[in-house]
Amino acid sequence: MSGDLVKALSNLQEREVISIVQERLKNGEEPLSILEDGKIAMEIVGKRFSEGEYFIPDLVFSAEIMKGITDMVKPKLVRPGVTEHVGKFVIGTVAGDIHDIGKNIVAFMLEVNGFEVYDLGIDVPAQKFVEKIKEVKPQVVGLSGFLTLAYDSMKDTVKAIEAAGLRDRLKIIIGGGQVDENVRKYANADAYGEDAVVAVSFAKECVGGK
Amino acid sequence: MEKSAEELYKERSKRVEDAIRLQVPDRVPVAPFFSFFYAKYAGLTPEEAFYDYEKWRRAIKKTIADFQPDMYLDSRFSVISPGPLLDIADCKQIKWPGHGVSPNHYSFQHIEAEYMKEDEYDAFLFDPSDYVVRTYLPRLYGVLEPLKMLPPLHSMLHGYVVAYQLGAAAKRQIIDAFEALSKANAEYVRWGSEMNSLREELNRMGFPSWSESIAQAPFDIIGDFLRGFRGVVMDMYRRPDKLIEATEKILPMQLQRTVFFAKRTGNPRVYIPLDLGSDGFMSLQQFKTFYWPTAKKLIIGLINEGITPWLHFEANYLSRLEIMTELPKGKTICHFERPADIFRAKEILGDIACLKGGVPNSLLCTGTPDDVKEHCKKLIDVVGKAGGFIMDAGAAIGEAKPENLKAMIDFTKEYGVYS
Repeated sequence: MSGDLVKALSNLQEREVISIVQERLKNGEEPLSILEDGKIAMEIVGKRFSEGEYFIPDLVFSAEIMKGITDMVKPKLVRPGVTEHVGKFVIGTVAGDIHDIGKNIVAFMLEVNGFEVYDLGIDVPAQKFVEKIKEVKPQVVGLSGFLTLAYDSMKDTVKAIEAAGLRDRLKIIIGGGQVDENVRKYANADAYGEDAVVAVSFAKECVGGK
Repeated sequence: MEKSAEELYKERSKRVEDAIRLQVPDRVPVAPFFSFFYAKYAGLTPEEAFYDYEKWRRAIKKTIADFQPDMYLDSRFSVISPGPLLDIADCKQIKWPGHGVSPNHYSFQHIEAEYMKEDEYDAFLFDPSDYVVRTYLPRLYGVLEPLKMLPPLHSMLHGYVVAYQLGAAAKRQIIDAFEALSKANAEYVRWGSEMNSLREELNRMGFPSWSESIAQAPFDIIGDFLRGFRGVVMDMYRRPDKLIEATEKILPMQLQRTVFFAKRTGNPRVYIPLDLGSDGFMSLQQFKTFYWPTAKKLIIGLINEGITPWLHFEANYLSRLEIMTELPKGKTICHFERPADIFRAKEILGDIACLKGGVPNSLLCTGTPDDVKEHCKKLIDVVGKAGGFIMDAGAAIGEAKPENLKAMIDFTKEYGVYS
């Protein structure tokens, strides 16, 4: 039974997922176990993406199906589940830039891989990054930007983190649009990512994972 | 003896045309994709670029005079619409300096949203013009909200009772909307006349215009303007047939529209940014199913009308290069953002399409003139071999160190000579 849900969701079969979840809820099953299966399926989706079998539309659609499951299950949830996280990651699109397709994908992939993700949204001022870092003490910070003007915002954000004395406690990865090694050097970041897969493996390295 | 501006104009035009036809020009042409760089270089604030047409015209003229590229690109791919027009129409689809984008930032930015809802495909497919006028435009522009009150446009398909139905357009709110549009149009005309004098001035100085109109693949029209990225992704799974039907419905309309505007400008090169078809955005299978069939028909249709599509492969297109061999020989310009793509494209498409681009914008922003020259040397040696190459940045040049841009242009002129 549980295998069905994992299989249907990881194969992106939305209608089947919905009917399985409805069935399981009707049978009085523990809502948390449904969410657990969802999580396992999402890990499979993430793995298929990392291996080049799935593409961004598959990720976006799987997240949409998962959201549907959560919406169905939530009203029946008696106690919230407690999840263990492998690390903390603060992410946002830097000041002046409102693009977020790439950033959202990275945030999603990190969550699927067990990170506690703090997504600050778009057009995030350097100071807001600094405040969030002070508050949650992440191991990794991700700065996203699509436009060339983001290069300067990335640089300014890294500087602000430095000025606040927080630079040594964390790693910074940048990504998005035309971000490459040139921009990494310019912004003084620790790494740049061509895609979400790179971001995830870098974050795992930073927290000492596999 | 110094060449006259007229001679230079002809020489530059021929150089570019030779490269496009895959012949060997006298040297590698260089036609940079200038955008907001004009404003920054000439010391304009971002707001001035959007609001002061005369200053903007002079900024473009100064930049072209200083940098001496083979062709210039006017402002319509950077300042898409002048600021006053956006203000009057209350445009909801973009943010621009002082209006959602910081007055210090040289850019406008697109707002992702579902301007067409998921359950509106049938209404769109039934009568796109009616859908656009009564549903889409009221969402796009605050000032056009009253258009919602119009009766269906197709209700005019009748006999002598039509007149009073059409009279519904005479409602006060709709008259006000059209009066506002009339003001917006006056701004557009004022802006257009500055751009026309710019063209005359630059032509007199010997600089032809690179491109003046734009078209988009039907899938991008849907993904960018109607459904948003998330929306169009959902449609690929939930209503693939409707999505494909909509791309097919849009195709002939986009074709006619583009031919109309391109013929009016007289410039054969039409910009086609291939936004959502990249390796990162969809699988090869999805590209072949949803994106390429109508994109290809658009490209071929334009070529049949004597137009030269300037295809901008934004982001990564490595896995699509083989498919591009379906393009007719010597009829398109394929512009690549990524160096990896353009080097590989030379191997696969070298005898099919003129290649353009390949200089990373990040290098122009953060590198040194020597770094730029070294990269351009590789491009000229490999991609420029036996013609069919135009030097340019990978993407629109918003920011760049002037000395780096100068290095790209001057080095190409010096080193890019074919013997």
